Amino acid sequence: MKLRDIAHSRTGDKGDISNISVIAFDEADYPLIEAHVTADRVKELFHEVVHGEVVRYTIPSVGALNFVMRQALGGGVTRSLALDAHGKCLASALLDLEIPATDRPVRAT
Amino acid sequence: MKTIRIGSGAGYSGDRIEPAVELAEQGDIQYLVFECLAERTIAIAQGAKLKDPAQGYDPLLAERMLAVLRPCHAKGIRIVTNMGAANPAAAAARTREIARSLGLGGLKIAAVSGDDVLETLKSGDHRIEETGEPVSAMAGKLVSANAYLGAAPIVAALKAGADIVITGRVADPALFLAPQIFEFGWSMEDWDRLGKGTVVGHLLECAGQVTGGYFADPGVKDVADLARLGFPIAEVGEDGSAVITKVAGSGGAVTTATCKEQLLYEIHDPAAYLTPDVVADFSQVRFVQEGPDRVRVTGATGRQRPGTLKVSVGYIDSFIGEGQISYAGPGALARGRLALEIVRERLALTGVATTELRFDLIGVDSIHGGALSTAGGQEPYEVRVRVVGRTGSLKEAQRIGNEVETLYTNGPASGGGATKSAKDVVAMLSALLPRELAKPAIEFMEA
Repeated sequence: MKLRDIAHSRTGDKGDISNISVIAFDEADYPLIEAHVTADRVKELFHEVVHGEVVRYTIPSVGALNFVMRQALGGGVTRSLALDAHGKCLASALLDLEIPATDRPVRAT
Repeated sequence: MKTIRIGSGAGYSGDRIEPAVELAEQGDIQYLVFECLAERTIAIAQGAKLKDPAQGYDPLLAERMLAVLRPCHAKGIRIVTNMGAANPAAAAARTREIARSLGLGGLKIAAVSGDDVLETLKSGDHRIEETGEPVSAMAGKLVSANAYLGAAPIVAALKAGADIVITGRVADPALFLAPQIFEFGWSMEDWDRLGKGTVVGHLLECAGQVTGGYFADPGVKDVADLARLGFPIAEVGEDGSAVITKVAGSGGAVTTATCKEQLLYEIHDPAAYLTPDVVADFSQVRFVQEGPDRVRVTGATGRQRPGTLKVSVGYIDSFIGEGQISYAGPGALARGRLALEIVRERLALTGVATTELRFDLIGVDSIHGGALSTAGGQEPYEVRVRVVGRTGSLKEAQRIGNEVETLYTNGPASGGGATKSAKDVVAMLSALLPRELAKPAIEFMEA
């Protein structure tokens, strides 16, 4: 399944730094997201866009991860040549990650 | 327990105005806050002020004040806003004029200044955070330097009886924190409550982004009635407890999901959200849906504020020239690619001096580059060529758009809809300033 099936996301910008949240629709899916959406995987996915380090913060109380990506906005929102200077569209690209459905916890119906 | 209701009337300078009127008329609020300053806004406004000393504030200030002053006056709602941009005093004077024209006498208006630290920054030994370069080395290029002030001067203005407080650069959450500090008599060192008040400010500062705006994804995350999206209200208690809600019957939705997206918006370390008033900690925040469009937020806290203030430094960076043209129908992709190759060669042949160049095909790979943009094997019906470059002069920047435009008669078949532009770029960097070097000042006027 896709990450988009179990999580939602929003991108923010500050200077040349982009942050992307990944939030479980159902907090029961948070451990699955935590296990499979790693900083390395995000850095690999965005290797053409993000040139600096990617740091992941966990916020289990809301079932969310926050990725902070440096050198991600073409030198900074205010001088970037990119069409999407703010990198606002990055969140949607991240949600296309493949997540193994077999790892999903069994839930009561 | 005493509670107050704070409404958020704008999430950015160009935001919709009707939701603010709706809040003033039907929101049962005591405060209406307008957050209207993006990173670069003040630097651009500084240019307007240099041309005309009566300008340099938010271009929609008059329209907003005309729309909300009467209902706010009738209901005793106080207004807090950073629409002063580079010229809070001129914004206050204009607001006084509007109040008088509406026959609203006796309104007390405060202009908070002191965020402009350009001279201080130039004269001292300060460095640019991103580059490590001394600020003094950029002297000829500097346009503006504004420190992010905290809640204190707004609280002081409210204490002095201001009905309307107009600031320049102030940390966005501080606009919302100030009414809470003032109403509840919180100490400026009650880090836990300041942390709680800051999360409320952070959730509200982008207005519609917490009520279902910037959220909809049809079939996955649907939001009703976005064309009438309502703006948020925080219902805050003196112990720092808070509920996020909106006007009944307005469009959008307040859910735990909309609140979570906004909680992490433009946040780096959630345990250390730096503001001039407190280092807020959002890492233990929880949201509970208490009813339709009512979400309770708990668990925020904070610790001692930083010793420095962030300063946003505006400077003349470069010039950007751009051109676009479209191709459609069979073979559109190949014609678009040929067009890009022609422009690439033309820019080299004619010696256009650029320091950075980008060749995009909008509809194919312009947003995330080639590797991510696998179009599923199907060719797009239409593509839009986009060539953009950075130059050292406006004249050189114009040559880029010209080389795209000439594709009309010199490029591939059936190109249409060419556009071109060239502009100067005021870009932003940051610096840190010992907080005592920024000296907030308040000027009062009465309508």
